[in-house]
Amino acid sequence: MTREIAVVAFAQTDHRRSMTELSEVEMLMPVLHQVLDRTGLKTADIDFTCSGSSDYLAGRAFSFTLALDGVGAWPPISESHVEMDGAWALYEAWVKLRTGDADTALVYSYGKSTPGPLRDVLTRQLDPYYVAPLWPDSVSLAALQAQALIDAGETDEPALAAVGARSRGADSEGQGDYVVRPLRRGDCPPVGDGAAAVILAAGERARELCARPAWIRGIDHRIEAHALGVRDLTDSPSARLAAEKAGVFERPVDTAELHAPFSSQEVVLRKALGLDDSVRVNPSGGALAANPVMAAGLVRLGEAAARIHRGESDRALAHATSGPCLQQNLVAVLEGDPR
Amino acid sequence: MPEVLTAPLVVEFPFTRSLGPVQSAFLTGLRERVVLGVRTADGRTLVPPVEYDPVTAEEIRDLVHVGSTGTVTTWAWNPAPRRGQPLDTPFAWVLVRLDGADTALLHALDAPGPDAVHSGMRVRVRWAAERSGAITDIACFEPYAADDGDDSQVTVHAGEFEDPVTGIVAAARLDYTYSPGRAQTAFITALTDRKLVGERCPSCRKVYVPPRGACPTCGLATSEQVEVGPRGTVTTFCIVNIKAKNLDIEVPYVYAHIALDGADLALHGRIGGIPYDQVRMGLRVEAVWADDSRYPDHYRPTDEPDADYDTYKELL
Repeated sequence: MTREIAVVAFAQTDHRRSMTELSEVEMLMPVLHQVLDRTGLKTADIDFTCSGSSDYLAGRAFSFTLALDGVGAWPPISESHVEMDGAWALYEAWVKLRTGDADTALVYSYGKSTPGPLRDVLTRQLDPYYVAPLWPDSVSLAALQAQALIDAGETDEPALAAVGARSRGADSEGQGDYVVRPLRRGDCPPVGDGAAAVILAAGERARELCARPAWIRGIDHRIEAHALGVRDLTDSPSARLAAEKAGVFERPVDTAELHAPFSSQEVVLRKALGLDDSVRVNPSGGALAANPVMAAGLVRLGEAAARIHRGESDRALAHATSGPCLQQNLVAVLEGDPR
Repeated sequence: MPEVLTAPLVVEFPFTRSLGPVQSAFLTGLRERVVLGVRTADGRTLVPPVEYDPVTAEEIRDLVHVGSTGTVTTWAWNPAPRRGQPLDTPFAWVLVRLDGADTALLHALDAPGPDAVHSGMRVRVRWAAERSGAITDIACFEPYAADDGDDSQVTVHAGEFEDPVTGIVAAARLDYTYSPGRAQTAFITALTDRKLVGERCPSCRKVYVPPRGACPTCGLATSEQVEVGPRGTVTTFCIVNIKAKNLDIEVPYVYAHIALDGADLALHGRIGGIPYDQVRMGLRVEAVWADDSRYPDHYRPTDEPDADYDTYKELL
């Protein structure tokens, strides 16, 4: 199968500290309308719809079915959902388009992290026998990884502070206190609410819908061993393998959008993905600037694609992660047509 | 714009989980103050033990008894313990490679402060006073001086105990602040004046009540508010014969879909004021409000004749 698939449009909310006044579908709908407007498509023109979200974030059972109101899902449409970041919904849609069953796909994801205690909510994705009963929160697990990196001489606190400062376009004076040592406030992602959407199209359909489609040259996702104590936390073999399978190492990329919610995770990913100083890393600010959980990975794919649409990149790497300490990693290579 | 409504929402779930043979032996062992690991085909010892080799996916069953002393491989100082965590005073999260093991176990380390913790330090298990066969049977780890001797002898263990643990109950509680969003806030606010207010789709003109903020047919935001009811038509119904927990209503009773006059989607409610076996499709009903209620308590028959099937068939 050699069908080429491209990201032809991307939209996202302003990622805010809180959107208490809006339900999830009310937060999502403007993003769906924006991304459709960018291509001139109507919801009825979309062959396949796939979304990513988690009911645990806001504590609303079956919230993804309510979100479907926003895409006009009645009468029934061809639709699917993953309880994962929207990057994995994009992967499913990419597979669907590759099979030839669909020519266009709408992919969206959203997360309202502010209604619940996010650090505790995320403990519920851990091993329920040996780990979840201890309630190790997301910052604590990331801090164990950061300390392992410091012990291995891969980074230090000033270097981590510089990652956070660069991501937020701020100086590193505002690093703040330790949340869980060695991670300070500035090493941790903000908690907020947001949504994102992209449209995929195949072959000539992509060229009709977008002046410069962001062609997905390769996409792959891999996972680490389940137990944290089995892994080498200073490396990410799963990210490296996904990158290899996606074709990252065949030619240099000019841009990389990395989904690294913690500054220390950017250190791991740069090493695993072989990114040197010639690569622009996270020009968008990355997840340290805005981290709508369940959407932040899809945002990386969308931001990388949007740079290709705008002619600011010719070959970009986009990465998404899921689980504690970069447990699972998705890597895609996006390219624009030669100029 | 009305004030944004919020309310506390507690989600609690006691998951009952069964254990595989290796997990059962490990957790039963903790109850008996014995730490077990499992051997892989390539000779590594995994602690905590798993049922399948994380590299080869091969089933593994060979248990060994490892030390209750070990070495910290990485740590993180937690200055503000959160609900459910092993200690309620500041502590270090640690990954500990127990003597005789090749992998590390996550737990808490009771130490006076971050200056007292470093990778490579020696620690030992502090057992919980009461143990049930759970990871929390290890209360935490505690620092331990190397000259106290170690406990690194690894011996084969059959993993057989009297009265083995075969399952765990994992309690979980999460506290949320629920907010219903714009459309439902408007609906709830109108209810305080005993009005049932839906919203109209700007494209297909359908009126949804309760409104969810979006038209599921057109994918557009609804915003025009439309008062509906208070009378409506039973479109379909069921007879409830099992008493619900915490619900003070005598069974049998009727729960129905009710198309309020002016609405294009039926809502549901209880039917009262009529014997359960006389409720029928097309019955005309109206909302009944209890004195202190913020929503209709139930719907009762009006004195109107039944509605014609054609008037509500699209709303079934």
